[in-house]
Amino acid sequence: MNEEIILKEADEQEISINMGPQHPSTHGVLRLVLSLKGEMVQKVEPHCGYIHRGMEKMTESMTYQQIIHLTDRLDYLSAHMNNAAVCLAVEKALDIEVPERVKVIRTIMDELARIASHQLWWCSFGMDLGGLTCFFYGLRDREKILDIFEETTGSRLIQSYYCPGGLMADIHPNFQQKVKEFIKYFRKILPEYDELLSGNIIMMERAKGIGKMSKEEAISFGMTGPSGRGSGFSCDVRKHHPYHAYDKVKFNEVLRTEGDTYARYMVRMDEMRESMNIIEQLIDNIPDGDFAVKMKPIIKLPEGEYYQRVEAARGEFGVYIISKGEKNPYRMKFRSPNFSNLSALDALTRGHKIADLIAIGGSLDYVIPDIDR
Amino acid sequence: MREIYNYFKTIFFALKSLWTGMKVTGAYFFKPWKIVTQQYPENREKLQMFERTKGELVMPHNEKNEHQCTGCGICEMNCPNGTIIVKTVINETPDGKKKKALDKYIYNLGMCTFCGLCVKTCPSDAIVFSNKFEHAVFNKNKLVKTLNKEGSTLKKRAE
Repeated sequence: MNEEIILKEADEQEISINMGPQHPSTHGVLRLVLSLKGEMVQKVEPHCGYIHRGMEKMTESMTYQQIIHLTDRLDYLSAHMNNAAVCLAVEKALDIEVPERVKVIRTIMDELARIASHQLWWCSFGMDLGGLTCFFYGLRDREKILDIFEETTGSRLIQSYYCPGGLMADIHPNFQQKVKEFIKYFRKILPEYDELLSGNIIMMERAKGIGKMSKEEAISFGMTGPSGRGSGFSCDVRKHHPYHAYDKVKFNEVLRTEGDTYARYMVRMDEMRESMNIIEQLIDNIPDGDFAVKMKPIIKLPEGEYYQRVEAARGEFGVYIISKGEKNPYRMKFRSPNFSNLSALDALTRGHKIADLIAIGGSLDYVIPDIDR
Repeated sequence: MREIYNYFKTIFFALKSLWTGMKVTGAYFFKPWKIVTQQYPENREKLQMFERTKGELVMPHNEKNEHQCTGCGICEMNCPNGTIIVKTVINETPDGKKKKALDKYIYNLGMCTFCGLCVKTCPSDAIVFSNKFEHAVFNKNKLVKTLNKEGSTLKKRAE
């Protein structure tokens, strides 16, 4: 009798627990304060800032070449795209036109990074739902891209390969052949991913209809990237505001209208195929030419404000520079996609079970250094 | 009746989807030559890194113990983290001219972020990245390295 009363009270009472900062499925040091009623989530309150490094302040004492190495430490899985944003902003300010070769190589590198990022997302999403096999399969294939990166750029994860005006080094002679081999290999392997996880009954039960978000809500939360496109929000910067060589290639913007976890999952799976299409169109016709424009050793941007956005693997990444005509920026602001996507977590999880929070968080694919900066 | 049919249909679909997944993993179980795992500490002798791999900064010396660093300090200026400290001395040549020469090239591996700006901006190609990637040491002080060797001199330019 007594036990029953206690249990009943516990059911009605709202309890708040901490998930994180040291929780494996938050993908880093993110602390979520959950208000629970029984097993149902009433409210999610993300507390950011555990690995805040003050990067925006750090940039104020650095030259534009040095800033590059900071931006790949924001969202380390789309390091190339983040670097590209800074480079494009500086080039736009100085009114420099980079050679065609640079544009094409940058596009290929960006798309390779996008595939690698989505592969890592796929393995961690599978592991969040309890499928450990996915983790090893995804990492096995990601290794091949990292090898391509290492051969050309010298690093595997945070490459610092772009610099204002071009690239740090020319591509390695083996680059084209290795990329072609990888595309051939990955076209064969990708159906295996679908067999393993996409059609799996456990995954479908846990993802379909969970964490629904309408298009209007997605727009008002500023959800971009695959998370926004899963709700039908057409927000691909590559399509709407082309940079690099994206205006020369044909590709589809992957859109889904369901807006649930499964839609976000499928958008990412299809994006990997689209990325492969883009690479295939470009890899055989990389134009000859210089790999960088000759720049002055000290770059001074003219006075003014500059903004450049790119499509990173998780959404729209923007760089806003205020220059006072000196070698350092007066102020630099990064618009990181994960921060906006995280703000939607509360609305997505309300009324779902605590286990669904893990699935929804996995489908948003947040990278904590990008949130905290 | 319809409910019972749906019930069994779900069970059948669930078993089928699990079986497709098991088929993929099972195929690899019977094809051990497709496994790509490397036995890392055992294969250290045979391990080949890519030539561009940024392991750690080194200063190549030739057989006469000569390096190419003039001590200009451009790498020190370009380093975003203060990893490199170039200490110079002013030597007097026999004919009375004063000449700056490198005394100590101090490189703190613990602070290096491997951005590659030092190597890229070096005007005399005196420093390169080596492929050595095993950096673990027991003491933090061992990460601070002096790159130029004892008694080394500047390589004379071919005239």
